[in-house]
Amino acid sequence: MTMNASINIKDLSLSFGAVEVIKDLNLDIGQGEFLVLLGSSGCGKSTLLNCIAGLLDVSDGQIFIQGKNVTWEEPSDRGIGMVFQSYALYPQMTVEGNLSFGLKNAGFSKAEVAERVAKAARILQIEPLLKRKPGALSGGQRQRVAIGRALVRDVDVFLFDEPLSNLDAKLRTDLRAEIKELHQTLRNTMIYVTHDQIEAMTLADRIAIMRGGKILQLATPKEIYNRPNCKYVADFIGSPSMNFIEGQIATTATGATFTAAAGTFPLDGYAFDGAPTAGAAWLGIRPEHIASGAEAASRAIRMEATVQLVEPLGSDTLVRVAAGGQRFWVRLDGRVEIHEGDALPIGFNPVRCNLFDKTSEARL
Amino acid sequence: MAASRPLSLFRNLSAKIAAIPMILTALVVFVGGTLWTVAYSFTSSKLLPKWKFVGLDQYERLWDTRRWMVSIENLFIYGLCMLVLCFVIGFVLAALMDQKIRFESAFRTIILYPYALSFIVTGLVWQWVLNPEFGVQGIVRSLGWQSFTFDPLYNADIAIYGVLIAALWQGSGLIMVLMLAGLRGIDQDIWKASRVDGIPAWKTYVFIIIPMMRPVFITTLVLVAAAIVKVYDLVVAQTGGGPGIATEMPAKYVYDYMFGGQNLGQGFAASTMMLLAVLIVVIPWAYMEFGSKNRG
Amino acid sequence: MADLSTHLQAHAETIPQTRPAAEAQGDRKSGFQPGPRGAKPRKSFSRRNILLYGTLIMVSLYYLVPLWVMVMTSLKGMPEIRMGNIFAPPLEITFEPWVKAWSEACTGLNCDGLSRGFWNSVRITVPSVVVSIAIASVNGYALANWKFKGADTFFTILIFGAFIPYQVMLYPMVILLREIGLYGTLTGLVIVHSIFGMPILTLLFRNYFTSLPEELFKAARVDGAGFWRIYVQIMLPMSLPIFVVAMILQVTGIWNDFLFGVIYTKPDLYPMTVQLNNIVNSVQGVKEYNVNMAATLLTGLVPLVIYLISGKLFVRGIAAGAVKG
Repeated sequence: MTMNASINIKDLSLSFGAVEVIKDLNLDIGQGEFLVLLGSSGCGKSTLLNCIAGLLDVSDGQIFIQGKNVTWEEPSDRGIGMVFQSYALYPQMTVEGNLSFGLKNAGFSKAEVAERVAKAARILQIEPLLKRKPGALSGGQRQRVAIGRALVRDVDVFLFDEPLSNLDAKLRTDLRAEIKELHQTLRNTMIYVTHDQIEAMTLADRIAIMRGGKILQLATPKEIYNRPNCKYVADFIGSPSMNFIEGQIATTATGATFTAAAGTFPLDGYAFDGAPTAGAAWLGIRPEHIASGAEAASRAIRMEATVQLVEPLGSDTLVRVAAGGQRFWVRLDGRVEIHEGDALPIGFNPVRCNLFDKTSEARL
Repeated sequence: MAASRPLSLFRNLSAKIAAIPMILTALVVFVGGTLWTVAYSFTSSKLLPKWKFVGLDQYERLWDTRRWMVSIENLFIYGLCMLVLCFVIGFVLAALMDQKIRFESAFRTIILYPYALSFIVTGLVWQWVLNPEFGVQGIVRSLGWQSFTFDPLYNADIAIYGVLIAALWQGSGLIMVLMLAGLRGIDQDIWKASRVDGIPAWKTYVFIIIPMMRPVFITTLVLVAAAIVKVYDLVVAQTGGGPGIATEMPAKYVYDYMFGGQNLGQGFAASTMMLLAVLIVVIPWAYMEFGSKNRG
Repeated sequence: MADLSTHLQAHAETIPQTRPAAEAQGDRKSGFQPGPRGAKPRKSFSRRNILLYGTLIMVSLYYLVPLWVMVMTSLKGMPEIRMGNIFAPPLEITFEPWVKAWSEACTGLNCDGLSRGFWNSVRITVPSVVVSIAIASVNGYALANWKFKGADTFFTILIFGAFIPYQVMLYPMVILLREIGLYGTLTGLVIVHSIFGMPILTLLFRNYFTSLPEELFKAARVDGAGFWRIYVQIMLPMSLPIFVVAMILQVTGIWNDFLFGVIYTKPDLYPMTVQLNNIVNSVQGVKEYNVNMAATLLTGLVPLVIYLISGKLFVRGIAAGAVKG
């Protein structure tokens, strides 16, 4: 257990009957860190968060918060605050009642309750709403109150369970920024569950990508984007997804080559995780790392392609092309004029690629 | 420092305390009581339960008793008619109510109100309406049709149908409500699609809507069947089992032997037969509905 | 079985609304007709409508006749009843039968009328409703939010118990009550009603509490509220409708009960239904049909009034209560 860690999770397992939802999970979260648990639905991210909160009994393993074993503590004794997707505001209580409920349960004096509620309301700018009931608030206001409920508890750890999923796109972007600012001000440890990769990338100090109750990769957003440690992570992060080419790696005296339907290409400049080995593999390249047109000529790996589909997004234009017997998504500048059926040479450099073993799907 | 896993008995203690009445009811009354009655149905208990095992004696005597046989026969006639008529009336009424009619809630209130009344009230009203001297028969005769005969409560051959009329009056509103709920639960696009395809309404009902309502039908079937087996108060109030023993029912047989005839063994055996009848209906249903999925 | 009642409730709730998809027809009535192929606009006196409303009115008459007969008979004097037609309104209205039914009618044991049974029923119904709902709501809440090992097993047994014919459990219940000295008492009957009402009420509350957002419960736990505090401060204020449904269900059910009343109480504690049956089916004396009908109406009045004022909620209650059979 590292001493400056805020939360340590050791060999955590959880099963519902015969179904193992979390398997032998280990995770250390640093003091003041913003950690995002990211994955598709059913990957165990919310379950893990509920275990940390004490809302689910673990089957095995231990959870430490601020160095204290809280595995069997009540949720309210763990020094956590939690924000839920559906806001979970008590409908019959006013905003003030919602904020003070936990403090009253903990036996704080009236003066202290009032002071803390006022402070949280000031930080979140919800002072005018204090006397209203949740039903009279907008979605964004409700979520602010929900954050306030965690804030008044003055705890070390904030847990967010998909807090922005119920909001519309514009509001989500605004509140996302607010949460980030809140973290910068408070410097609390925050654990944030989401299935939205943009939220994960923008908010996180580190992202833990989960699948099947396990953490596949735990790293900074940049690292996850640039060096995904397996094909699943590579595919999950990025939109549109990474393009994958199936082929064979062969080792040569000077390095390695990759042979696909479109030809054989040198892999000079690619940073292998270990020593290059020959065998079946996937080569992954992100749409935004593919050069096209005249620019493609300067790339080490080149193909002739035909445009199949054009999706203008304004700032960018996404183009689906056919090359080497498969489809590629390519991200072009929004100003490019291009049409279905146009010929479009594409190219990219090995340094931008990621190679994955065909069977284990681990990064090579 | 490690807080160890607390004793599982004391985890969630309040919830367990709150569940004590349920646990006692389930184990002591439902399981215990049922087993007790089944066990004592094999004894010669008379005035008081006595643990003197006599094997199947009580059952042999039961099935040799004419009153029990009449009760069973009545239950079959009543049950079959009740099921068929409840379904037909309930469904037809529901289909009529589903025609976007005006005053729907007034009609529903009228059709359903008897269900709020007890079987005792139902039985007594219909006893009066079917009174041969002053009721339906008397009135038709006074209108000039002197030979008209409709006296179900005084004619042993048809007395059970008199009970049936009252039971239908009381219970068919509920079936209508359940069926109407089933009809309303069907995706309205089905109706649009069938209209676009030019299928006549009756065909849509027979070939599309009715098959889609299978879950509602099964639920209704189980509810009606369970209620049929238990019918007791209605007969007590309307006919007292008469004339003679023409409208006796198994539930009444049980009550009379247990609390009137001081022949507990017979009461236990008869009630065990009732339990058996219910299990034959409920177990296959429960198996079909909840056997495969489970975990609600 | 849980699914069953959720399903019924869900449907029952949709009943009072007229379906939203009436546009198909509405469009035809008012809208643009694309050539001669559209259906004819409907007249309100079309053959279809005459048939439809005719049938419904006939059916309604069948359901209303007994009520009509009851009221008319109860307002006539005996001579007029012997003379005439039970369907005809009274030539001379008299409230004598009502007074007699309430305060003088004889059961064979005593002659103080139905009033005794009415007050007995009140004394039985009020505590039974309160106790059964209190137990079942807390139990349903525990089952919905605080699942413990084995809870589902007991719950399944409980629900199956709702289908077991009462006859099988009647006598063991007599023994149990006699053992704790409550056989023949009001308290004993309250216990019986609470026990036999438990399956359906627990199901009702469990399903309702399960339908409330789980995150609310989680938030309250993070806020440090325990079992009882969450129940009282969070769940109760959100559950008033379901408590009303349960009350309707229980008041009508217990008021209408006959079997438990006759078995588990003594004659001076008999509920109204039992007393009514004893009055009407008493073999002594001359039959006074007008008094009998007044008595019957009086007994039916409480559930009838509840039915008429509760409307939609009653439908919801019986859809859930139908499981009780």
